[in-house]
Amino acid sequence: MPVFIPSSLSEATSLLAEHPTAHLITGGTDFMVEVNFNHRHPETVISLRKIPDMQLWNIDKASGVVFIGASVPYATMEQGELADALPALAEAARTVGSPQIRAAGSIGGNLGTCSPAGDSLPVLAALNASVHLRSSDAERTLPFSEFMIGPKRNAKKPDEVITGVSIPMTNGWQGYAKVGVRNAMVISVASVCLAIHDKTVRVALGSVGPTIIRCSDAESWINSQDITAIDDSVAVEFGNRVSQESRPIDDHRSTAEYRRHAVGVLATRLLQRGTNA
Amino acid sequence: MSQHEYYSLTVNGEQHPVQDAWIGESLLYVLRERLGLPGSKGACEQGECGSCTVYIDNAAVCSCLVMAATAVGSQIATVEGLNTDGSLTDVQQAFVTEGAVQCGFCTPGLVMAVHHLLDHNDSPNEQEVKEALSGNICRCTGYGRIFAAVESVISVRKSSAS
Repeated sequence: MPVFIPSSLSEATSLLAEHPTAHLITGGTDFMVEVNFNHRHPETVISLRKIPDMQLWNIDKASGVVFIGASVPYATMEQGELADALPALAEAARTVGSPQIRAAGSIGGNLGTCSPAGDSLPVLAALNASVHLRSSDAERTLPFSEFMIGPKRNAKKPDEVITGVSIPMTNGWQGYAKVGVRNAMVISVASVCLAIHDKTVRVALGSVGPTIIRCSDAESWINSQDITAIDDSVAVEFGNRVSQESRPIDDHRSTAEYRRHAVGVLATRLLQRGTNA
Repeated sequence: MSQHEYYSLTVNGEQHPVQDAWIGESLLYVLRERLGLPGSKGACEQGECGSCTVYIDNAAVCSCLVMAATAVGSQIATVEGLNTDGSLTDVQQAFVTEGAVQCGFCTPGLVMAVHHLLDHNDSPNEQEVKEALSGNICRCTGYGRIFAAVESVISVRKSSAS
C-alpha cells in the first residue's frame, strides 16, 4: 500500500489518474478510525494535506462569495474572519469532534465521506454552496444539492479531487444547531442550518435522511408569512412542517421518532433566534 | 511526489527512519512501537480520548488518526520533546503540585493540550480552558485538579512576566 504526498493539485490529479482506486485523505480523522479497527485495508492512499491551493480560503466581498479550500481545517472556520462571514459554518465547525479533530478535519473530508451526519453539510445546503472538482483534464463545479446523492454517496467521479467549496454569504441571519447524546465529541443525531437571505428563509437538515434535506415545503410556507413578526405558534408550526419533511431512520445512535421530534424543535428554535435577531 | 515503503519522520527535531512498517499504521503506533517513544498513550484509537495528542506542524492532533506515512516532511512534536533535559515543564510540575494526576494515563495528552493552549493564549478564561481540554478524557480526577493546575501555571507565568 503506497502513500503519496503530492505537493500540487496537478500532481494529485495525475497520481489519481494513474491510481484510480487510491483513497484520498486530508486530515484522515474518519478514514484512520476505519483503518485502526480493521474495517478498511486500502491499497493506495493520496494525502492532500500538503497542497497549498487546497489550504487557501478567501472572502470576496464584491461577489459576496467565500471560497474555502478542501483541506482548510475546521479550526480555521471557528473564529476570525471566516466565522464573521459565515456564522452558521463557524457554529457547525465548533461542534465537530474535539479541538484535536478540528485541527485536522476539513470540509473536503466531510464532502468526500458524504455522511448525512457530516456537520458542515447542512450549512452548505442551506447556503446554496457549490463544490469544485478537478481531474487531470477537466474542472467542474456542482451545486451541493447535486453533489450529495445518497448516504455516503456523491457525484464525484473516481478521477476527480474535491478542491474546495464556494459559499455565498447571506444578507440576513444564519445559524446552526445540533443534537447529540452529550455536549462534546458527538456525531450528530439531528442537525439543522437555517439561513435568511433577501428576507427569505432556507432550512436544511442533517442526520435525518439519506442525504441532507432542504425543506422546500416548510420554506414556501414560512416565506408566505410575514417573517418580521414570527410569533410562537408560527415558529412551532414551522418546526412541525420541517419534521414532516425529515426522513429519519432508527440506528445505533437514535430512533427515527426522536430524530423527527428533535429536528422540529431545532428548526423552531433557529427560526425564533433568526427572526428576533 | 513521494511514495513511501520506507520513510523517515522528523520527531522532536530528529530524523527517525521507519523500516518494514505496514504503511497503514497510525503515527501513534509508529511512535510507540517502532521509534521507542511511548509517552503518547493509546486508548480509544478513534480520536475520542486525546491521550495520544501530539503536534504536527504546530497543530495539536490525535496521533492515532494520523497515518504515519503521511506525516513525512512534517515537524512532529511529542510529550518526550517538551523538555529534553529530563526536568519537568511548568505545566508538568503544576500537575504534580496540584494533584492533577491519578492513574496518569491521560496526563501526557493533557500536558500537550495545556501547553498548546497556553502557547496560543496566555490568559484563557475558564470557558476557553474547558473547551481547549474538551478533547482529552480523564476518568479519574473529574477535571477539578487539572483546571487548578492550568490556573496555577497561568498565574505563575503572569507574575514572572510582570
